Amino acid sequence: MNDSDFILKAEEIYKSYRLGAAEVSVLRGVDLGVKKGEFLAIVGASGSGKSTLLHILGALDRPNKGNVKFEGRDLSHHTGRELNKFRNKIVGFVFQFYHLLDELSVLENVFLPAMASRSILGWLACRRCAKKRARELLAELGLSDRANHKPYQLSGGERQRVAIGRALMNEPKLLLADEPTGNLDSATGNGILEVFEKLNRAGQTIVMVTHDERIARKASRIITLADGKIA
Amino acid sequence: MYKVILAFRYLFTKRISYLAFLAVALCVFIVIIVMTVMTGLVTDFKQKNHSFVGDCVVGTESLVGFAYYEGFVRMLEQADFVEGVSPVIKSYALISPVGTERNIGVEIMGIDPVRHSGATDFGKTLYYRKDDASRAFEAIYDPNLPGCVIGIDRVLVRDVKGRYSFDASPARIALAVSCFPLTAKGALAGAGTAIVNTSTFYYSDISRSGLAREDGSLVYLPFEQAQLLCGMDEPLKRVNWIHIKFKPNVRLEQGCEKTSLLWRKFAQEKSGQKQADLLEKVTVQSWRDYRRAFIAAMEKEHAMIIVMFVLVGITTVFIIFVVLYMIISHKSKDIGILKSLGVSNGNVVGLFSLFALLTGFSGSVLGILGGWLFLLKINRIEDWLFEHFRFQLWDRAIYAIGDIPNTVDFKVLGVIFLSAVLACLAGAIVPSWQATRLNPVETLQVNQL
Repeated sequence: MNDSDFILKAEEIYKSYRLGAAEVSVLRGVDLGVKKGEFLAIVGASGSGKSTLLHILGALDRPNKGNVKFEGRDLSHHTGRELNKFRNKIVGFVFQFYHLLDELSVLENVFLPAMASRSILGWLACRRCAKKRARELLAELGLSDRANHKPYQLSGGERQRVAIGRALMNEPKLLLADEPTGNLDSATGNGILEVFEKLNRAGQTIVMVTHDERIARKASRIITLADGKIA
Repeated sequence: MYKVILAFRYLFTKRISYLAFLAVALCVFIVIIVMTVMTGLVTDFKQKNHSFVGDCVVGTESLVGFAYYEGFVRMLEQADFVEGVSPVIKSYALISPVGTERNIGVEIMGIDPVRHSGATDFGKTLYYRKDDASRAFEAIYDPNLPGCVIGIDRVLVRDVKGRYSFDASPARIALAVSCFPLTAKGALAGAGTAIVNTSTFYYSDISRSGLAREDGSLVYLPFEQAQLLCGMDEPLKRVNWIHIKFKPNVRLEQGCEKTSLLWRKFAQEKSGQKQADLLEKVTVQSWRDYRRAFIAAMEKEHAMIIVMFVLVGITTVFIIFVVLYMIISHKSKDIGILKSLGVSNGNVVGLFSLFALLTGFSGSVLGILGGWLFLLKINRIEDWLFEHFRFQLWDRAIYAIGDIPNTVDFKVLGVIFLSAVLACLAGAIVPSWQATRLNPVETLQVNQL
């Protein structure tokens, strides 16, 4: 397969952390390719390095060795500003613990990425269309009536759907989900997975990390991470 | 835009933010009140000294005085920068109410009331002859008697609220004023005969300069008679000081400089003449230098207060720093979230700096409003405290202070406001910078625990 077949490609990724005097190797030469429109699940036991790999793929963290290429461009060559833009426009993150800002309403949380990428004047010029898009996303996610609520007033499933809405706000090419159902009961978790399946059917590329193989089966491809390598 | 929204929400939804807000407000409140009262007292004290002295004085501390003053007075009167000139005899005397055995040591000033009112605010300090200073030495009860103007605290007693009880007209009191006349060489003029000159004057008016020392120990006498009493009338007439008032458009330093030049020229012309050596001791001083001994103590107190409030300001910066540090520690998850959404380090600093600015701005506004309101009512509050608890900031029976100064100086207000806002910004810099160094992955993981 050529590089051009992959939207995202990770080559020989190594990552270790220092725990006191000891150096803990989390990733030991991971090679991974994600095709456009693919729904990829990364499965592994707790502590296998799934989340670390996801953070490196989304440029939230840097590998000690190896490189990540997005559409053929090596992220290690990106400047800080380019990486910020990458995180803002190219990828969308969905976290296990939702990570919404409690000070903002549901609607504000959803359009936050659009606001973050613009100056005050830029935002004033496009705020109507951004709010419209945020409302549409909330409607698609079944949260129209929750737009003005605060995150702490919502259930876990609702919060995760808000987080998905926020991740999709800037129409990212890649959606990265870290244990998106890990904090939800199975019925609510299934609802979230249905949202992912629907998005994927619409062409959204998704990389999802989970320790639960039953959930991983919803993906179009599953890879397993063990001992810091793809098994 | 998200920075503005989040900064506002952090300020209004976090209880800990209220602490920072209140710390700023309280600090500004206290600083405004103390600075206004202290600055008011110092300004008032300086103003009273200025009014008492005029702009500039030429003279000598020596009780012997100096001669040829008339020529110099004429020279000054012709100068284009001078508005008023008043030669003054200044010495010490014993006064004794006629018919009693009591003697009181006082300072005497021999003045021409019209001239002295032209060079200083003497006329405005009078009570009975306020509208016509030329009659200051005319006793209302008998204009033919030689009058004297007495410092108010020598005649009247202040009540607990600092008020005087004025009589409709001055009481007929005769005072025997005794001086030691001095020759031009500083010897007692009448040695071997009557060494003390004594004259009787009648209490004609009171002078209220607002300066405790002067109001408690000064007696004004008619110029010629004071000159006679002090032995400064012959063979060459002498005075101790010449008080000068400059025209309104003349700067103090400029006026003093010109006066000094004139004096040097004048003294040079007189060199070699009789008693010319006395001219060498004459100095030209601005009112500030002349009253330095009195003003300096007050200015030092003022400076001390400023230093103390700089320390209060530093404490506030530290409080803001601690509060922001705590807020940022609590908000590390938010920083991780924002970074995961592509927010730059600069914008994280911007967010917390904006929060600090808002805290400083709103806290300062509250502090200023509170301080202003308190100052507006400060005298009423003091009255109320006095009526109910007999509490007074200054014992009015002792201190020559009327109302507590409460005129807010907008320059001081502006400086305090800006300092408070900048202090908040300074307190936010380190925690904000630390916030940018947070690893988003770590902050997001820590908050999962």
